Amino acid sequence: MGKLLSHRLAVPVVIALLVVALSFAMPSNFYYRVAALVWISALAVIGLNLLMGYAGQVSLGHAGFFGIGAYAVAVLPAQFGLHPLVAALAGAVATAAIAFLVGRPILRLKGHYLAVATLGFGILIAMTISNEAWLTGGPDGMPVERLTLFGWRVRGADTWYWISGGLLVIGAWIACNLVASPTGRALRALHDSEVAARVAGIDVARAKLTVFVISAVYASVAGSTLALVNGFVTPDKANFLHSIELVTMVVLGGMGSILGSLAGAAILVVLPQVLTGFHDYEHMILGLIMMVIMIVLRAGIVPSLAAFFQGRRNK
Amino acid sequence: MPELLQFCVSGLTVGAVYALVALGFTIIYNASDVVNFAQGEFVMIGGMTTVFATAAGVPLPLAVIGAILVAMVVGLLLHRLAIEPARGASPVTLIIITIGASIFLRGLAQVVFDKQFHSLPAFSGDTPIRFGGAAILPQSFWVLGGAAVIVVLLWGFFNRTLIGKAVLATAANRLAARLVGINTSFVMGLSFVMSAAIGAIAGILVTPITLTSYDVGMLLALKGFAAAMLGGMGNPLGAVVGGLAVGLLEALGAGYISSTYKDAIAFIVILVVLFALPGGLFGKASVERV
Repeated sequence: MGKLLSHRLAVPVVIALLVVALSFAMPSNFYYRVAALVWISALAVIGLNLLMGYAGQVSLGHAGFFGIGAYAVAVLPAQFGLHPLVAALAGAVATAAIAFLVGRPILRLKGHYLAVATLGFGILIAMTISNEAWLTGGPDGMPVERLTLFGWRVRGADTWYWISGGLLVIGAWIACNLVASPTGRALRALHDSEVAARVAGIDVARAKLTVFVISAVYASVAGSTLALVNGFVTPDKANFLHSIELVTMVVLGGMGSILGSLAGAAILVVLPQVLTGFHDYEHMILGLIMMVIMIVLRAGIVPSLAAFFQGRRNK
Repeated sequence: MPELLQFCVSGLTVGAVYALVALGFTIIYNASDVVNFAQGEFVMIGGMTTVFATAAGVPLPLAVIGAILVAMVVGLLLHRLAIEPARGASPVTLIIITIGASIFLRGLAQVVFDKQFHSLPAFSGDTPIRFGGAAILPQSFWVLGGAAVIVVLLWGFFNRTLIGKAVLATAANRLAARLVGINTSFVMGLSFVMSAAIGAIAGILVTPITLTSYDVGMLLALKGFAAAMLGGMGNPLGAVVGGLAVGLLEALGAGYISSTYKDAIAFIVILVVLFALPGGLFGKASVERV
């Protein structure tokens, strides 16, 4: 069992089974929609977790990349008549290019200094989006053209459930492969000690830059998907609050755990939906739950629970 | 020229608030390695409690003292109930706990107070003082003077009192501090209480100028954090200089370049400074131990 779970394909298969199994338990379109939002957030969180959990580098600016992806599928079809899929691809390429350019100087910084630099960078993107109203509709946001594939108009919460679920499985699969690759081992080495990694012959700057670009592309693809699902984009998805939300999802679910990324995203997407019934007390309860989870399961939900069950079995 | 003076005064006023928030970050960070993202909530609690106490008929000086006490109690509870139980957890876990605390406190303020914007009457009237062609609000002097007094008091506390030196010792080396008999848990609690008081004072002083509401904390926390990093994390002097610099940059950027991009201008300068000095303005070059 333990051996099976540690196989490289185990996590994507578990997620795929989860997506299929949950589809039988969906009472209404609303649930499909919330689940699709969980898959999309989880995709962005997996990318960020590669950066934070495996390479040990913080980014408080990932919502900026998310925003670039979202606005690419909004602006490019509206202005240049590009197909939304081409626009999403262009968004991903642009994100990769930007991450590559800013990554080199920014990733020289460490710890909290890196956090504040990425925070500033994310704020720059968010400000550009909300201030250049002629292009992006400004703070009010702008509509997104519906996705049409071979004459078939993609719509309906259940359709998007399957599409975003599929993207999540692919994202998890790529992430698991990356972690098991030489690059993944290099990342874990530099997480423990940059100097030691360098001594062992790892090109630290290049490894960090690689994972930064990859994680930015994850965020961009998630942003594009969300924009297509909602049919509308607003600048708050590029905002620093969303960046903090993504980081919180990573830590809550568990750093360095792909399944944890899904758990963290699920909690922070589903909880606010459940808590709207509590009206004014919504934020208090959300904050309280976050604190309790982090105090009790301090390594994050999935790693802490895994360690707990492992410990019981070994007794 | 009067224009420049005007921008500088308003920049320094806002900057003084950032500086106080950054000082709060620094005090807690030095004592406990926690980056407290609930720091901005203390500013909110100070302002909002004073507003509601005066509205209920409490005289201003009493309301101010009461608001500071409320913030101090919240700071102590934050340490005892949220940070202390998670002792030994990784710094990122602790940061997420403080973010949870900040969401909780914002939600609490929504329920206890309300979701409106509130102001306080200025402490010594609204008649601007003319100085070199610029019109300066008397409240600006309260903010700048208050910040200066706090900085001097803190300097005295850290350099002239035994408890202050215990805090410094804890910041320098926690294990060694415990070995010479310092109650480090008390020192950490004290640092949260002090930071809360400083934040509350900043909130009270600036409310007549910038207004307050239940959700002003998060943005202030981010600006204060950025200011602390600009100065060099853990350095009190850096926190003050960083805070004033961020405030000045915002005001000058808004005045001369673009008011819609004022936050961007401050962050561009921070990015450039960090590229040149990766440890902040007053930071020491860090060396990784292997």
